[in-house]
Amino acid sequence: MLETTDSFDLECRSLVRRFGAFVAVDNVSFGVPQGDFFSILGPSGCGKTTILRMMAGFDQPTSGDILIKGNSVLDVPPNKRPVNMVFQQLALFPMMSVAENIAYGLVRKGLGKSEIADKVKSALDRIGLPTSGDKSIKQLSGGQQQRVAIARCLVLEPTALLLDEPLGALDLKLREHMKVELKKMQDQFATTFVYITHDQSEALVMSNHVAVMNEGRFEQIGTPQDLYYHPDTAFVAGFVGDSNRWHGTVERADSSGVKVVTADGVSLLATPAGDAPLSKGGEVDIFVRPESVVLSLEAERVSGMDNRISGELISILFNGANSRALIRDSKTGGELDVALPQTGEFSTLAQGAEVHLGWGLAQAKAFAVNGERP
Amino acid sequence: MTLGTSTRLGLFLLLAPILVWLIALLVLPHADMFLVSMREKVAPRTYEFSLANYAEFFTEPLYWRTFARTAIMSIAATAMTLLIAFPVSYYIAKMLRGRLKSFLFLLCLVPFWVSELVRTFGWMILLRESGVFSNVFQWVGLADAPVEMLYNDATIMVGLVYTSMLFMVVPLVTTLDSLDDAQVEAGYDLGGNAFTVLREIIVPHAMPGIVSGCIVVFMLTLGNYLTPVLLGGKDSLWFTAQIYTQFITRFNWELGAAFGFLLLALSSLIVWAGLKVTRQTLTETMG
Repeated sequence: MLETTDSFDLECRSLVRRFGAFVAVDNVSFGVPQGDFFSILGPSGCGKTTILRMMAGFDQPTSGDILIKGNSVLDVPPNKRPVNMVFQQLALFPMMSVAENIAYGLVRKGLGKSEIADKVKSALDRIGLPTSGDKSIKQLSGGQQQRVAIARCLVLEPTALLLDEPLGALDLKLREHMKVELKKMQDQFATTFVYITHDQSEALVMSNHVAVMNEGRFEQIGTPQDLYYHPDTAFVAGFVGDSNRWHGTVERADSSGVKVVTADGVSLLATPAGDAPLSKGGEVDIFVRPESVVLSLEAERVSGMDNRISGELISILFNGANSRALIRDSKTGGELDVALPQTGEFSTLAQGAEVHLGWGLAQAKAFAVNGERP
Repeated sequence: MTLGTSTRLGLFLLLAPILVWLIALLVLPHADMFLVSMREKVAPRTYEFSLANYAEFFTEPLYWRTFARTAIMSIAATAMTLLIAFPVSYYIAKMLRGRLKSFLFLLCLVPFWVSELVRTFGWMILLRESGVFSNVFQWVGLADAPVEMLYNDATIMVGLVYTSMLFMVVPLVTTLDSLDDAQVEAGYDLGGNAFTVLREIIVPHAMPGIVSGCIVVFMLTLGNYLTPVLLGGKDSLWFTAQIYTQFITRFNWELGAAFGFLLLALSSLIVWAGLKVTRQTLTETMG
């Protein structure tokens, strides 16, 4: 999806933004196709908000180009760009009623009174607040304010909606609910969404495509499944989803995989991943998802696997279907996070029990270590 | 709720200074002044109750015209102060960050370390016939003879606006400071231009600051004595000068006291009308 064509609603080409000597956005290129839900996922301070602000027009790139529907918008001021932004703190206008907030952009466009009233009414219906038009913003709940902030932009029928961590201010339960709601709204209005977040679950649940960003650069762009199952870099493997991680030195590398020895003396087999080739003596990070580890009470069950560890159960982190078992490696004392299947087999599992773990080399991804680790 | 004796005593002691201050310095003199304003001298040392002093204000055109002139010029001065102070405050509150911001804010305060009298004399040194401006104009060739720039309404206005600036800037900076930048950006993002963002978002947000600033500046200007008298001279026809004349020159305390109360009543009326027109309430503004 990175090839440069004119079919993108929104496109950034070699975007760079420097603040003095600090490079906030470092040569970022991407395109967002029509109707896509595109997320930029990254830790705070990685430059994702800067990208969004440049797309909205509040900031100018040091170099590079931003195109909307194939036309460069660098010279277009924010109020003339066909994109709208949902701010982190929503920035609803407190001195206006709900209906006035939604009508604000339409009035600026110079639409007729009755047309505005119709559009506002239909927007209120679509966000499920048909009778709240006359209420003041303060009378709405957090989730309702959220919907008004989005409706206020969508009535303008923008080419793309830019969302700057809009769920950050909500409590957990509402956040879970709003994820579903946002996705529904996107389908309903059929608008391209560009969504900024540091919360991987928000990005994975809602997006068609996710770009993982770190220190001003895009580490990887792909579908949520791509990022989860085929991370390109150690950063993506570590940042997206949970992982058990080992750090070690390559002892043997061949076509079947690599053998890595950790500082504790544990020998592990893994599949090379990422662009950098792995060679003997090189340092690597190995990532293993909690759900790819097989947990068993009998050693025979895991005896055929490439990697095996025996350990003691430290605790069970019960969370329904997402329950985890925390296991201490009896040899090295290292801790492992393992998915605990809720099939009843482990219902009697008690603290201190001896368990056996195993996983295939295909499930362990080894990335060459270069520079800083996330 | 019942309070223990000690709590009540504590409360009383806490309130005592403000009560003493209010009663001794505000309530008592005003009550006495009110009584003075309601009597008429019929013979030496004999007074009787009368509303003649108040009637005089309305029947003698000089008095109420002086008041009207004072009120109109005060309103104009308030409006000009607002127009000048708003961009200054916006710049300080929204465009600047950190030390430069506090420095500029402090700079607005600096003139107030000097007494108003000295500041006004400063203006006189600049503007009088033999003053700095007059000499510069002659030297540059803009004027052939000395120019007198004192003793006219424009000069009074300049002086009043200058004196009032701080009292407008402080409430404006405070309210504008609390305006979230995202609100302004959202205003633009949704299609607004500089004018509509100002009208729809910035001014409504700053309204409490605008109103309280205007009330303070209007009251200070209306009750100002020094600036109009020194910069405007005999012709300044400022209402406070009229009160001064009654008390000091004419020894007519009765009329002076009546004028004092009329000033209080009429200025309150104007503030009330102003609040009505802008659809603001005092509690909203001050709370």
